[in-house]
Amino acid sequence: MSQSTATPAPVTEAHPVVAAANPRLRWVLLAGGLVAALALPWFVYPPVAMDIVAMALFAIALDILLGYTGLLSFGHAAFWGSSAYVTGLIATNYGVPFPVAIIGGALFAMILALPAGYLSVRRSGIYFAMVTLAFAQMVYFVGYQWSGLTGGENGLQGVPRHFFGVELVETDSFYFYYAALPILLLGMWAAWRIVHSPFGRVLVSIRDNTQRARALGYEVDKYKVVAFVLSAGLTGLAGGVFAINHGFVALTELHWSTSGEVVLMTVLGGIGTLWGGVLGATLAVLLADYLASSGFDGIDLVTGSVFVLVVLLFRRGLWGTVRHQWLAWQQRRSSRRTRSGGGTRR
Amino acid sequence: MTTNGRVALRTQALTKVFRGFRAVDSVDLVVREGGVHALVGPNGAGKTTLFNLLTGFVAPTSGAIRVFDEDVTGKQPEQVARRGVARSFQITSLFETLTSREHVELALQGLTRQGFRFWRSEKLLGGNRTRVDDLLTQVGLMTLADKQVGLLAYGQKRALELALVLALDPRVMLLDEPTAGMGTEDVDRTIELVRRIAAGRTVVFVDHNMHVVGSLADRVTVLQQGKILAEGAYDEVRNDERVITAYLGEADHA
Ligand SMILES: Nc1ncnc2c1ncn2[C@@H]1O[C@H](COP(=O)(O)OP(=O)(O)OP(=O)(O)O)[C@@H](O)[C@H]1O
Ligand SMILES: [Mg+2]
Repeated sequence: MSQSTATPAPVTEAHPVVAAANPRLRWVLLAGGLVAALALPWFVYPPVAMDIVAMALFAIALDILLGYTGLLSFGHAAFWGSSAYVTGLIATNYGVPFPVAIIGGALFAMILALPAGYLSVRRSGIYFAMVTLAFAQMVYFVGYQWSGLTGGENGLQGVPRHFFGVELVETDSFYFYYAALPILLLGMWAAWRIVHSPFGRVLVSIRDNTQRARALGYEVDKYKVVAFVLSAGLTGLAGGVFAINHGFVALTELHWSTSGEVVLMTVLGGIGTLWGGVLGATLAVLLADYLASSGFDGIDLVTGSVFVLVVLLFRRGLWGTVRHQWLAWQQRRSSRRTRSGGGTRR
Repeated sequence: MTTNGRVALRTQALTKVFRGFRAVDSVDLVVREGGVHALVGPNGAGKTTLFNLLTGFVAPTSGAIRVFDEDVTGKQPEQVARRGVARSFQITSLFETLTSREHVELALQGLTRQGFRFWRSEKLLGGNRTRVDDLLTQVGLMTLADKQVGLLAYGQKRALELALVLALDPRVMLLDEPTAGMGTEDVDRTIELVRRIAAGRTVVFVDHNMHVVGSLADRVTVLQQGKILAEGAYDEVRNDERVITAYLGEADHA
């Protein structure tokens, strides 16, 4: 069954040797990313730097669903925004250190994600996206109406930034960046852990072939709900940091356009890669910031055009394309070596 | 084959209607425990649809399905799998981005709750290394274990289908054309493999290759236009006039 059926398989498959990811390269990338994260507020206005990293975690959290489970959520603003509000409210009303408030926000997002996930995973494809969107619109409506709590259209003003009385962090956004960074990095590490866990393997199998996963006994809907809740929790961490960073929560954080933005960032960077989210978020935030500070008011037009261009030119997204080329090159090299009788693969 | 009289699978007046078309029509099928039961019939007879009904992939229009006397009618595929009924697919159905080894690891974990461990490393999945290697060796894929299945040849993918079913260690195995598209040598290896793994299990398989049916089956059911046309031991069925008529025009298969 193995050697005798030697009809060569077409090597036109979309994904060459994903498994052959080079561990050394992975560490180099990780170290590079860490250095970049630590250096960022030296080169970029610190609140913007914080936005970049928060958005990066947002995109990574979305990618757990979009890239690894094959579910396009168009309602993640509900988790981002509701965590931002809850974080802001906890910080305002209880005067706790901001990490505690953020954890509260993230937990709230997870609780909210439970019914949302339960209802939406029964559908797939565009219908899944529609259910998540409808759910997020409901949350938006509540945020809008319940102005006694959320401030309605005025947003939640004056969110304090308590941090164990460390004044530098509480008042200087440069130092705040370093105090909040570990929360986001922890969130990113969690996403990496999830994706590379036994659970993550099941998610990929669901993405690749749901029917087969079910035939193997996997209760696919339950896995999707858990993925949904985990994704919402990480989104909540990011949204909470965002709220504290700005000292203010706007209603836009719950708006469907926020759900759309994070999808764009993730796709721009490349889905199913984690790093793609980081790259996409970085570029999108930097571009928007650059355009805003140069007084240009057609930001959406420009970012939208960039997005369309990138997706047309590189359908795997920026990071996805680079990665694909790299792996394809490695594969060509290794097969050339095997053919010439040289060293064995890996 | 050991037949202690228990019924592994039973359908009662099982029917599936697709928009007025009766793909499976009042089928009463009885598969005894420990038997190797072949399901044959011309293209479009409803064999795959019957498998889909038995494994919950398609909901019956009417009728009932029992597995070891438990009613599983209307159960979902994963619930059926969890009752010890595993199937392979006629059209190879794999996870394109994963390797053979990763497939088998996934399959071994399928019936446990271990797949929910999102806080652990996926290396844990490889913990059952000897079992994984054993399964891959059995189907002859050991040397290709770390190759993405998207890059495997057709026959190799068929072999992996079998390994996945085996990994579930099922009481009842439903194999939909396990030898389809294989060369003679591979067909013989598959026959040997199925014979080996059939010990202590119940097997139902579909195959158009009468050599395969003749070598493996202790009982044959012939399906035609959704209905059972004939049933019996291979030699009985083979000489049944109605069966010969049904297969007319498909003489090359006989
Ligand atoms: N989901 C579906 N919707 C509509 N018709 C279907 C569906 N599935 C199967 N059919 C029809 O039911 C009939 C039986 O198909 P089935 O695949 O069960 O046949 P089969 O016996 O497995 O044939 P083969 O030997 O070609 O695999 C066919 O006419 C097919 O077109
Ligand atoms: Mg069929």
